[in-house]
Amino acid sequence: MEAEFPVVQYISPEGQLNADYAQTYDRQHLMLSYENMLKARVFDRKAVNLQRQGRIGTYAPFEGQEAAQIGSAMALETSDWMFPSYRDHAATLTFGHSLMNVLLYWAGRVEGCMPPEGKHIFPPSVPIATQIPHAVGAAWAEKLKGRTGASIVYFGDGATSEGDFHEGLNFASVFHAPVVFFCQNNGFAISVPVSRQMKSKTIAQKALAYDIPSVRVDGNDVLAVYEETKKALDRARKGEGPTLIEAVTWRYGAHTTADDPTKYRDQSLSEEKRVEDPLTRVERMLRHNGDWDEEWAQRVSEEMSDRVDNAVKDMEQYPAAEPTFMFDHIFETPTWHIREQRDSIERKEG
Amino acid sequence: MGMNTLQHQPSETNAKPVGQTEKMTLVQAVTDGLRTMMSEDEQVLVLGEDVGTNGGVFRATDGLINEFGDNRVVDTPLAEAGIIGTSIGLAMNGFKPIAEIQFLGFIYPGFEQIVTHAARIRMRTSGRYTVPMVIRAPYGAGIRAPEIHSDSTEAFFVHLPGLKVVAPSSPYDAKGLLIASIEDPDPVIFLEPMKSYRAGREDVPVEKYTVDIGKANVVKKGEDVTLICWGNMVKPTMEAAQKAEKEKDIQAEVIDLRTLYPLDKDTIVQSVEKTGRVVVVHEGHRTGGVGAEIIGLINDHALFYLRSPIERVTGYDVHVPLFALEDHYLPSIDRVYKGIQNVLAY
Ligand SMILES: Cc1ncc(C[n+]2csc(CCOP(=O)(O)OP(=O)(O)O)c2C)c(N)n1
Repeated sequence: MEAEFPVVQYISPEGQLNADYAQTYDRQHLMLSYENMLKARVFDRKAVNLQRQGRIGTYAPFEGQEAAQIGSAMALETSDWMFPSYRDHAATLTFGHSLMNVLLYWAGRVEGCMPPEGKHIFPPSVPIATQIPHAVGAAWAEKLKGRTGASIVYFGDGATSEGDFHEGLNFASVFHAPVVFFCQNNGFAISVPVSRQMKSKTIAQKALAYDIPSVRVDGNDVLAVYEETKKALDRARKGEGPTLIEAVTWRYGAHTTADDPTKYRDQSLSEEKRVEDPLTRVERMLRHNGDWDEEWAQRVSEEMSDRVDNAVKDMEQYPAAEPTFMFDHIFETPTWHIREQRDSIERKEG
Repeated sequence: MGMNTLQHQPSETNAKPVGQTEKMTLVQAVTDGLRTMMSEDEQVLVLGEDVGTNGGVFRATDGLINEFGDNRVVDTPLAEAGIIGTSIGLAMNGFKPIAEIQFLGFIYPGFEQIVTHAARIRMRTSGRYTVPMVIRAPYGAGIRAPEIHSDSTEAFFVHLPGLKVVAPSSPYDAKGLLIASIEDPDPVIFLEPMKSYRAGREDVPVEKYTVDIGKANVVKKGEDVTLICWGNMVKPTMEAAQKAEKEKDIQAEVIDLRTLYPLDKDTIVQSVEKTGRVVVVHEGHRTGGVGAEIIGLINDHALFYLRSPIERVTGYDVHVPLFALEDHYLPSIDRVYKGIQNVLAY
């Protein structure tokens, strides 16, 4: 099966553009991709530090997965729908989520779930795989309304063991929904390696059963991810139905800041994986082509660092959560239970 | 309050263990209970997400894979319906599976299997097949966990016929009740209070012992008011009781239910007959919560002993908020204290 689903790669880890795709070299686009990845990495490292300083709660880092999230998110159009999981802030930020809101969410504030006006970005799904059918439904609705919007849904390798994954794929297939299933196969579901999660050699092959086209792509290759996602979205928009993309990547660090990866894997493995790093390979390629600008990269990194610091300030100065807020959005019109319970809190504080 | 101020009442059927003890946290007591039963009975299996090499995200199964191997401590694929569904099959065919669900908030994909199968097989086969399995799940708010990790939806399970629901609050009870649950011939949902996992240590017998399912523990005796609680709520309830004693000379009797289904009717009724006033404390949502059932039980069996309406101090009818607000959701010492004052002032 691995032979039937070869890993599509545009840029090699050494920074060489595969001859088949030579015409796709677009300096502007690659620089922007790199910029987005660099920004995401700066954000991610800062977020891990913020957690260590106790300024946000448990955090799910994505270092190593920048190309998968950013290459795919860059292929979206504003009218599309994004259904992320808890690790996909690089994707949501690229699609237009605000830094402050992402931080607010990890600081234990539900207000952080709110995407900017006009962007269909769903709150990160915490229970595994449960967002997959939602993406199918939203895509189906676009089709029913005669629009060209598509859904993209992010999930991990572990998620493909849940029933919701299979039900989502089946519905998408039956109703020919314009949805892109985007799996980041990062090697582990907390402590369980893919080899123990499933006997199938690839995730891409799971689409066969549902008669859905699928592709295995080098998830550390931002260009390959972008191009393959774009193809899938174009197919969706043309009414050609769903696609499953398996982006093969690696999570360098812990599952979350509450987890200790040395319990279940040799972390030197993660260091070895650095040779395939998504940022390094684009840098190498830009260097080859004489397009690399060290000062520019430095500047992007510093500017992002300042932007994150400012967002942290905004997050920390965000008006303190009112205890009564938890009652505000349970129903459109609060029931008597909620009115009474809300009053009881207010009375105590008054 | 140190954990060891709780007094464990051995029930009539359980002799108090005499042998050696060790200081353990609640989560260590769970591990010890699992180890005890796995050593004794080859049919006992542990399965779930990350329970093997990783020893569980809370370390509840730490080291067991080294002792018992990966056929008996099994890292499963990430699928709760699969974990619970296959456990049902294993249980019907001679094994005693103990399924770990990582957080109670993630049990819902497996809910179908619990409701329509685990709870009914005995009835549907007129006893030909049974499901002697345990589902363990950490539950409750107050540890700044991410979204959905803090649910306290025990009421779903208490509502179902065919299931027993156990919720220890101390290391001693955790081990004894877990062993009793594993030995129970029917499916048991074993709820582990996450916030109490490492809240303190107490002496736990090294030997095998059981704490009876269905027996509550009177952790503090008193004449004036009965406080009924379980799991993570025992601690704030005890503190409120102590505050009431110190400040108002109110003698509260505190009952740690330990089992939510079946409820210990006798202990509840006897206490209500003595005090005539009741406060029920739980962190699950108020409407349709277990508190409502306890009040129903008291109405049925001790109505005329009541000297005031029963007070409920509970979580609200809202989703457990993210951690910036979770302390406002949870019943606090002050809210319990206010509940005590209300029933006494009536
Ligand atoms: C239904 C459900 N079960 C269990 C969990 C606990 N949990 C959180 S993340 C995770 C592993 C997810 O792995 P994968 O799908 O590969 O995504 P990754 O975190 O690696 O990106 C588990 C078991 C959960 N969030 N939801």
